Amino acid sequence: MSKIKQVLSVNFGKIQPDSVEEYVKAGGYEALKKAFSMEPVAIINEVKAAKLLGRGGAAYPAGSKWEQLYEIQEFPKYIVCNADEGEPGTFKDKMLLEKDPLRVIEGMTIAGKVFNSHEGYIYIRGEYRKIQKVFQSALDNAEKAGYLGNNILGTDFSFKIHIMTGAGAYVCGENSALLNSTEGKVGRPRIKPPHLAEVGLFLMPTLVNNVESFANVPTIVLVGGDEYLSYGTPDSGGTKLVCLSGHAANRGVYEVPFGVTLRDIIFDEEIGGGVANGGKLKFYHLGGQSGPIGFPEQLDTAYCCKVMRNNGLSVGSGAVVVLDESVCIIDYLKSVTEFFIHESCGKCVPCREGNTQLQFILDKFSKGTATEADFALMKKLSTTMAKASFCGLGQAATTALDSCLKYRKAEFEAHLNKQCPAGVCFTNEEGGE
Amino acid sequence: MHHVDPNVDVNLKINNIPVTVKGGTTIVEAASKVGIKIPTLCHHPDLPVRATCRICVVEVKGQKRFKTACNTMVEEGNEIYTNTKAVREARKTILELILADHPMDCLKCIRNTNCELQDLANEYNIKEIPFTPTAEVLPIEANNPSIVRDMSKCIKCGRCVEACQAVQDVYAINTANRSHEFTITTAYGKDLSESTCTYCGQCIAVCPVGALYEKDDTGRVWEALDNKELHVVVQTAPAIRVALGEAFGMDPGSVTTGKMVAALRRLGFDKVFDTNFTADLTIIEEGNELLQRITEGGTLPMMTSCSPGWINYIEKFYPELLPNVSSCKSPQQMFGALAKTFYAEKSGISAANIFSVSIMPCTAKKYECTRPEMNSSGYQDVDVVLTTRELARMIEEAGINFNNLAEEEYDAPFGLSSGAAVIFGASGGVMEAALRTVYEVVTGEVLQDVEFTAVRGYTGIREAEVDLAGTKVRIAVTSSLKNAKTLMEQIKKGESNYHFIEIMACPGGCIGGGGQPFRATAAIKANRAAGVYEIDSSQELRQSHKNPSITEIYEQFLEKPLGHKSHELLHTHYTPRKI
Repeated sequence: MSKIKQVLSVNFGKIQPDSVEEYVKAGGYEALKKAFSMEPVAIINEVKAAKLLGRGGAAYPAGSKWEQLYEIQEFPKYIVCNADEGEPGTFKDKMLLEKDPLRVIEGMTIAGKVFNSHEGYIYIRGEYRKIQKVFQSALDNAEKAGYLGNNILGTDFSFKIHIMTGAGAYVCGENSALLNSTEGKVGRPRIKPPHLAEVGLFLMPTLVNNVESFANVPTIVLVGGDEYLSYGTPDSGGTKLVCLSGHAANRGVYEVPFGVTLRDIIFDEEIGGGVANGGKLKFYHLGGQSGPIGFPEQLDTAYCCKVMRNNGLSVGSGAVVVLDESVCIIDYLKSVTEFFIHESCGKCVPCREGNTQLQFILDKFSKGTATEADFALMKKLSTTMAKASFCGLGQAATTALDSCLKYRKAEFEAHLNKQCPAGVCFTNEEGGE
Repeated sequence: MHHVDPNVDVNLKINNIPVTVKGGTTIVEAASKVGIKIPTLCHHPDLPVRATCRICVVEVKGQKRFKTACNTMVEEGNEIYTNTKAVREARKTILELILADHPMDCLKCIRNTNCELQDLANEYNIKEIPFTPTAEVLPIEANNPSIVRDMSKCIKCGRCVEACQAVQDVYAINTANRSHEFTITTAYGKDLSESTCTYCGQCIAVCPVGALYEKDDTGRVWEALDNKELHVVVQTAPAIRVALGEAFGMDPGSVTTGKMVAALRRLGFDKVFDTNFTADLTIIEEGNELLQRITEGGTLPMMTSCSPGWINYIEKFYPELLPNVSSCKSPQQMFGALAKTFYAEKSGISAANIFSVSIMPCTAKKYECTRPEMNSSGYQDVDVVLTTRELARMIEEAGINFNNLAEEEYDAPFGLSSGAAVIFGASGGVMEAALRTVYEVVTGEVLQDVEFTAVRGYTGIREAEVDLAGTKVRIAVTSSLKNAKTLMEQIKKGESNYHFIEIMACPGGCIGGGGQPFRATAAIKANRAAGVYEIDSSQELRQSHKNPSITEIYEQFLEKPLGHKSHELLHTHYTPRKI
């Protein structure tokens, strides 16, 4: 039986992305029409029943987020879509924006109706310049067709969506940094509390959801929360777009229901198709650079936010980077840390200094100059960064390191003796450094 | 959801000790209530919270991550632990990370023994740094007369940025770059002198380490004192005497006038004079200028001109309002002009051989004395300005046991001053001093109560209306450049109905100046202000125009207020410097 389930990706490649006509023909905007006949609270209840967990990576229950914002009686409220998709190995929002933008727009518009908000922003990463044009065209067409802009569906409800463009900073994917950047400020995270639901964009109550989260909303409204939940597991409703990359045989975006196993995702012929070029799986990096690393012995874990978390793994953004045995763990972690050094906003000590220092230690392992004491040093750095950093970036920067130290300490230890199982390190040894 | 009600009691436990505080109290504040100190570094009680150093982390039961105690407000039923193994280790790690990026050249640092980072390293028993040193040697920026920036020592806490932006609204400095390149800099990395900087020095006052300090001019003063050819005179600003003691372990606000005079003599100054004398003189000139503007239809509101940070601000930000600024020089510069003219004549010492030193609570004064227009005597009127901190360093270097000094008196002819002069040191003081004189000059009546307490204080904009023989004079007083901006915008919009406005660049006035002893907070500044008012109220002579030395100098030298000589020596002009 196929492990694929198409809910979000059903229109991919089948319609002209910015055509309202084709989107409607494919069943689009039925949800918006239905939503207009529903009470806002009823819609929120469906989102809650659906157990839609935030698809940006944190898996925060969208229903709770919506409920909290709804309780706040301060206006205007803003609807913000986080399309800064900066997690390396993650390109599923790109697919939605590129191949079915009107689904995202419809989701945002339903949210606008629920919160009686009249303005939405979508913050699209700067690297998606071409897609921004597609998205803008979809916005324009939706407005022309009366699904967006003034007097939507002939009612007195009006809602506009503006595109904001990122400029390459990973940290701007952090919601409060994203709002700062949208406001024209430097993209660094804000102190919380206050939470963004209370003090968000332009200091007003704000909903910030990921592209994929919004894209799920029309389906939830149409089929109902219970039905949507049943697609997945009792804890993680619906489907998930996963992004396979690295040494996966079939790299790309696939839609799977929650509950399939990691083995399904990586090895199923219709999905990852195993390791490319007959290679052997060494490990896989889940959810982006900020996510944990999994190993072959964990492949039978169910892909469900709760089960994964309970097993020290994570769905995160949906990224699954497959790595074969040619990869050295130390070398890989150095590239992860390099990424965080580049992307740290620099304001808090644990993240700014911690990543830099971590790289020095990893470098010692790859050069064979590390000692037993460096394990304790890495441990204390990783604990401090995880528990004391200002925002999610620093808190998650050592997640991959922690997985490797827990399950593959032997590979580190081999490096103490100048042995690199993958044969990546110490190759210049003969040349004499 | 996060609701904070300051009227509701919140019950919690910190290290198992029950404590009840009001809603909106932070963990740091609640802990201090039960005698638990939580270390802070980027946090300063007078500045907006930043929570970026993370040294104040604590454990809150039920929370996966640590919470920063500086910004986290307590919640009902919290169980907070500030001294667990995990907390101690995290704090120590954070300190080690900061220190790995710090030059740690404490012995030759200006903040040695008075550094918040050094204190923490000591408290947390840091003996070695397990991390790789990353501190870069960066060039020391000192291309202006007031402020030195040594970014090698910067720990990127951002307090200076808050002082410059949230308190002063000047935005001369900001944070820039990411990650390890994160830094604090001027726009486009230009020199401070090419920025909007007013040299107020509030950035220095809040810097926890040795990254920011006043340009040290003690060497030039030692050289002058050692030069037998020179007759070295010194003047002391009103706000020094109530703050200098802090540098020697005295309580904030301790009145040290007599000891300070004695210390200055021991340092070798030939004459120890008081800026308070020219503060009285300022009142006579400025009071008359105000009356002239009111009666002859001059530009109103008139604004005070004694704070050089404020003058730099208006020249850069509101040059169109320069006609509103009193033409009176600051007391420091009036003193400088008289020292090398009147005093030179009187003492028979050539102005060329007089070296004039000024002790100020202020870094902008260092710039003020170098202004080209401040040479009415034919020489630079004031040769060197030292901050309170520099004077303290000289006293230490000379081995003077400050606390045990017997009190001494100022020298004539610039030694006698009124209580009105000393209150120049606190925000509202110039206004109050002016009212004490103007009231009597205009009404011809004796003022029964010389205290105008409505203008005193630390925060906001204080207003009052005074009836001067039928003319209602409306006045406003404020300190901090952010508050000044509010008043300037009112004037620009034509919404200002004041006659006279007192503005001091630094919060609280000169007692909170950028050159005062480190670690000042609003509470410490309040003590210093109390010291100033204590000196005033204990004096017989409390009005500038009743100072016999003032009467004498007009009779002997200046002739009359706003007269020809005054114009030449005591008044000045300003220059638009829009950035």
